[in-house]
This record gives sequence, C-alpha cells and structure tokens, in this order.
Amino acid sequence: MSALAEPSLAEATVPRPFAVAERRRETADTWTLELEPLGGPALTPLPGQFTMLYAFGIGEVPISVSGRNGERLVQTVRAVGAVTEAICASEPGAVLGVRGPFGNAWPLELAEGRDLVIVAGGIGLAPLHGALEHALNHRERYRGLTLLYGARTPADLLYRVELAELRERGGLQLEVTVDAADEQWRGHVGVVPKLVGRAGFDPRDAIALVVGPEIMMRYAIEALADRGIAADRMFVSMERNMRCGLGHCGHCQLGPTLICRDGPVYSAAAMAELMEVREL
Amino acid sequence: MLEPGALDALIEALAGRGLRVVGPTVRDGAIVLDELASAADLPTGVGDVQEPGGYRLFERGDGAFFGYAASPHSPKQFLFPASTRLFRARRNGGAAVEFEEPDAPERPLALFVRPCELHAIAVQDRVFLHGQHVDRDYASRRRDAFLVVVECGSPASTCFCTSLGTGPEAEGGYDLALTEVVDGEHRFLARAGSERGAEVLAALPQRPAADADRAAAAEVTAGARDSISRRLDTGDLRGLLERSRESPRWDEVAARCLTCANCTLVCPTCFCSSAEDVTSLDGTESERVRRWDTCFSIDHSYIHGGAIRPSSRARYRQWLTHKFGTWNDQFGVSGCVGCGRCIAWCPVGIDVTEELAALRAAEEVPDADH
Amino acid sequence: MQTIDELLREAPLFVALEPAQLELIAGCATNVHFEADHVLFREGDPADQFYLVRHGSIALETFAPARGHVLIETVEPGEVLGWSWLFPPYRWHFDARALTEIRATAFDGACLRGKCDDDPALGYALMTRFARVMIERLQWTRMRLLDVYGNVGAR
Repeated sequence: MSALAEPSLAEATVPRPFAVAERRRETADTWTLELEPLGGPALTPLPGQFTMLYAFGIGEVPISVSGRNGERLVQTVRAVGAVTEAICASEPGAVLGVRGPFGNAWPLELAEGRDLVIVAGGIGLAPLHGALEHALNHRERYRGLTLLYGARTPADLLYRVELAELRERGGLQLEVTVDAADEQWRGHVGVVPKLVGRAGFDPRDAIALVVGPEIMMRYAIEALADRGIAADRMFVSMERNMRCGLGHCGHCQLGPTLICRDGPVYSAAAMAELMEVREL
Repeated sequence: MLEPGALDALIEALAGRGLRVVGPTVRDGAIVLDELASAADLPTGVGDVQEPGGYRLFERGDGAFFGYAASPHSPKQFLFPASTRLFRARRNGGAAVEFEEPDAPERPLALFVRPCELHAIAVQDRVFLHGQHVDRDYASRRRDAFLVVVECGSPASTCFCTSLGTGPEAEGGYDLALTEVVDGEHRFLARAGSERGAEVLAALPQRPAADADRAAAAEVTAGARDSISRRLDTGDLRGLLERSRESPRWDEVAARCLTCANCTLVCPTCFCSSAEDVTSLDGTESERVRRWDTCFSIDHSYIHGGAIRPSSRARYRQWLTHKFGTWNDQFGVSGCVGCGRCIAWCPVGIDVTEELAALRAAEEVPDADH
Repeated sequence: MQTIDELLREAPLFVALEPAQLELIAGCATNVHFEADHVLFREGDPADQFYLVRHGSIALETFAPARGHVLIETVEPGEVLGWSWLFPPYRWHFDARALTEIRATAFDGACLRGKCDDDPALGYALMTRFARVMIERLQWTRMRLLDVYGNVGAR
C-alpha cells in the first residue's frame, strides 16, 4: 500500500494558510472550493483522506478531499452549521486554515484488474470523487468502471457538468437517479440501491466503494451483497464528530476504532456489526 | 533514608533546578494539586475517608505528610491542562491570515504522584505520544517533568489498584520514589529511578537504609495492599463489554447516572478535549483554545442532524466500555488504573467495579429476571 | 429476435416456473413497441394489462393541479409495470408514459386471471412473484420517504 501523505508535527496542530482560488456552487447548500497554499509545498492527499478546514474566528471542521488541481486542494463543502456556512461563503482571495491530510485512503490498488464499482448518495460523491478521478486517469488498470449516483432531486446532484461530460466521453457505466424528479428530468427516479441490481459487473471479482447517509450505505451494501460481493470487498467512509483529526480528542470513536486514525475508509466487513448498534 | 526535614531540602533542590514543584495541598476541604513552596504546604497529618459518593478529610494525629489516597486532582491538571492554547490566528489587513504557534509552557514540572497516577501518566503517554501524531503541548510538558512517586500506606475504601497491578507499590517510570514510615520514628525510604533522580537524592541529607528500614517500608505497602478491599475481576473485560452492548444493566445505571461528568473530570486518564475560538473584540485576532471535554455531554457525539448518543444510557455505556474495553483496541492498554476517584466523586455513588461485576453476572445467567 | 418463450424464461419475474406454466403465461403475452413520449395508459383507464419492460424507461406519473405532471418513479428494463390488473376495479392508479423508445412484453390481465382461476398452482406461483415485486418497490419507496439526504438540522 502506498505511503500516506502525512503532515509534519507542526502542521498537525497549527493550520497552514490556503487561499480560495476558485469557488463553484454545486447545489443550494453545497460549494466546491479550490484552495491554493500560501507559501510552502502543496499537500498530496490520497483519495479518501480529509483535511481539517479552519474558518477564522469561527472554528474547524473535517472535510473530505475531492481531488487535486495542480497545487490546489479541491474540496466540496455542504453548509450545515456555522463553520461550514462560513467556509462556503468564502470568496476567492479569502484565507482558510488547513491541517492535514489525515486518515486512510480508498484501497484502489485492490481494484486493479477487477471491476471497480462506485456507489454514491448525495454529498457522498465528494469523498469518492478523488477515487473516480484516479480511476479515469488510469483507466487501463481497471477492468470495469461503474458509477451509481443518486441525490434527492436533480438540483441536488453534484458535479453535473462533469457527469454530463463523462456520459459523453464513455469508458464507464454511469447511472444517475433521483428520489424525486422535477419537470425536466428524464432519467431514473428511485433510490440508489435499486441501481445495483441491474449494474453490469462481476460480483465475484469486483471492489465496491460506497458513501452516503448511513441509512443509504446500509441498504446499498445489502443490495451489493445480494448481488454477491463479499463484505471484505466493499468499502465505506464513516463519519462521526471530529475535533482534532489526530487521535487525541476522543470524539471520533466508533466502538473500538478512531475514525480519524483508523478510517475514515473501512471495509463493510469491519463495519457491519458496528453499524447495527444503536447509539454507538 | 530521609528525615521528614529532608522534604524541604527536596522541594528546594527541585526548585533550584528550575522546576515548578507541584504536589498535594489542602484547599476547600479537599486535597488538591498545586505549587508547593515548602513541605509546610503538604497536607501534614491529614487523612481521607472515601466511599461511593463521599469524600472527607480528617485529622490523623501522626504528622504523616502523605497519609491519604487519591484526591479529586490528578497529574493531568498539569500535564494536560484543562485549558491550553493551540494556535493564534491573526488577520493582516484584508483577507490575509497568519497562523502562530503558541508560546512554550512555563518552567518544567516536578510532580508528586501516587503509583496509580504514575500508571495514569503512562496511559496518557500512549494516547498523546505514541500514536501517529504527537501532541505538542503534552510532549513539551511531559518531556522534562520530574516525577516523585510516593508509595501508598493509607488507601481509601474506593481504591482498587491491586486488581489492576498499579499499586500500592511503585515499579519504575519515576525519577524518585518515597515510602513514608510512621512507626514511632517518622522517616522515608527513598530510591532513585533515574540518573537525575539519583543526582537530586545525592544532594539531600540522608543516611543509608538498613535492613530494618527496608522491612518497615515493605510493611507499609504490604499493609496497604491487605487493606484494599475493593476488587475487580479483570478477566477479558474487553470481550465482556463488547458482548454486553445490549445488556439491560445499562438501563439500570442510566436511571441513576446524572451525566454530570464528575467521573471524567476526576479520572486521571480521561483525555477527551474540544477546541473553541476566542476572538478579540476588533476581530483581528483569534485564539484556538483546547478545553477538557466529556463523553457525557450531548454535544460530544453531535454531527449535523443530531447527537449519535442522545440517551444517558448510551453515554454511560460509551464511557464504561471505552475505559475498560475499547481503550485496549485503541491504545493497547486499559484506560483504568484503579484509583477509585470516579466512585468517590460520583454524586449518586455509581461504582464501576459493581457495574462491571453486574454485567458479568448478567452474562452468566442470561434468563434471569432483571 | 427472441421468442416470447425465450424472453419469459429469462425474466427474473418468472424464474423457476415450470415450462408448462411458462407456456400458459406465454399464451397471454404479446411483444409491444412504443415510441418515446407515447402514453401507455392514464389514471382511471381500465387496467387489463401489465408490462415486462425489456428495453427503455417508462415514467410512472400523476397529474397535480398547478404542479403539472409529477414523475413518481421510473420503471426500467427487467422490471414489471402494473399490478392493478390483479384486483377489482381493475383501473390504473397512475399515468404511464414512455421516456424513451420502449420494447416490452404485454400480458393480457383478463386472460391470465382466467388461467389462474383454472389452475390455482399457477395462481399461487404468480401471486408470490408479484408480492415480491411489490414488497421491493415498497422498501425502496419507504427509503425515499426517509429523505435520507435531507438536512435534518435545518428542519
């Protein structure tokens, strides 16, 4: 497994200033920011990792890395509280603090030579975007490549322009669905797990990456398991309250594991039992 | 062997090395940890009586300096302070923001601790120093800390260090160890545990320890060991707690637990923290401050949408399971050192040894009515 | 171009039915083809058929004043459209419109109901399969009701 990008001792505690180079609105409450380092080397996160983003005077939150654009970090943020609202409101030129990258990465090397199946719901496509990008840039390493993606309504879909381009380009199986349609929508209407039944992949030789609200992940894993994918061939990204990202604050515990340190990527086999325990 | 008077010399010697000497002292009817100017600051002739939900001091009448057990304070007050600055952010006109590291902490520490507290420090070392990331603040305070461990002669009824192998004797990990003997002749057996410990010891007024002295000191800790009545069956606690996730016992303890967080405050190994921003009035400067946090707060498990553990049942289960079970998965050691503070300082007297025994009993008789 | 028999044998809906049973069902089936935007049926129309979609996507819709046509769900290849033929008053509850070009197998409801009356074993086999389809649809619909993507904190 390739070495994870790790911050030095200083970077782990004190943020580095990054400027917002570009800001794109994805949906009513979600923006994608491209962050440029102000002095110092660029960060080299692997798909699946996250950073702690700091908004001056307000606070810090863990945000998954969606990709890299040259020296820039590409991160998609949903405004759900004071800190994320401040981050989403940051115009180009504004400075945010960045610590990280932290956590582990999607096991893409496991999928080489196999069918890679990416299943995303809502904002869940953000932490998977880096994996998708990597697979597209190294398409020959993977046999089949499938993206099954769904959101609440067409207006809630992320990366719409990019998805349309992907559809044109081909080279992967792309199915997008919504829970509820609008007047223009002519695609699938239904939940993401429903797409799993018909998707073309060989369950005996496939690796699945799944991210979405926990309920959706449970059902998607069930649907993938029904197709015949083994629990240790499916991977999820887990989320809990996170304050430090260093394994020191005790918040991101999920039973025996610390998500910032042992995750956020876990195999479905490791999470199956824990996901069933209420209020864990 | 040291005379009682040598304690002043010890404190002076430590202060002379530029160390901030911290040890037990009486305040507000309890023994707390604070800076010591001399041996006169120590709780001389003071003893304590502890029980579930109860703590009080009394006059021993024998002039012992260390005739008591665990206090509501523990070394974490100084190695892992309740409030400490993580970094400072400064706006330099316009949008630019600069980040500064905090100032280094003041003088290094010299701490008077108990054997169980020595183990607690080792547990926190695992969390803050031996993981993938090192906590800078803890590392800087810990690195030069001089540890004086005082073996126990007067355990409380709440102590159960013997079940966890953390006392009443001290076995390594210290700079200096003292055992107080008050059998007619008031004296201390002193042993060095490190080079600088030996240096400090060599400079104190002393006489060589005779066999009788060693025997007397051994009797003190042996007596302490015998008088510890609270026991904990530590057999596969990790497995027990993993299997007990749905035990009805959690509902029972939840009916009593106030989620007041006293246990996490007094526990010498609890390390949960949170961070918040303190901004200057003109908005140009913001400090990010780390504060103690507790898994008993609803906020602890909050993610957008709500708390993962809203019920007190889930929060008590989290604390006990973490302390005795999943701490092993996360850090390779038990989180508990058997000091019994949580038992004494719980306002409703919840006893962790009793709760664990009940969980074990519930397992063995699965069909019994609860 | 597959025969109806071949199509039925491959369809998940009819899996593990005996050849004789498949033959009975095939007797009530015809292959159909629709252009995109063709309206297959409207709410309230007599429901005498159900469809097994082979190619294309059909929109299940309803019409609401001021909202216009509301797309409820899409029915995809391999899925069944319609169970109103099973119970009186045999009327459609929604509109169905082809979103794309459609190739499907249409089954005559009255014909099948008659054969099920004559052959209870066939009736039972078909009912259990349809029940399964309905339960699955219900599960997915419940999941949409959960509104998992909604921002709970904002409610």
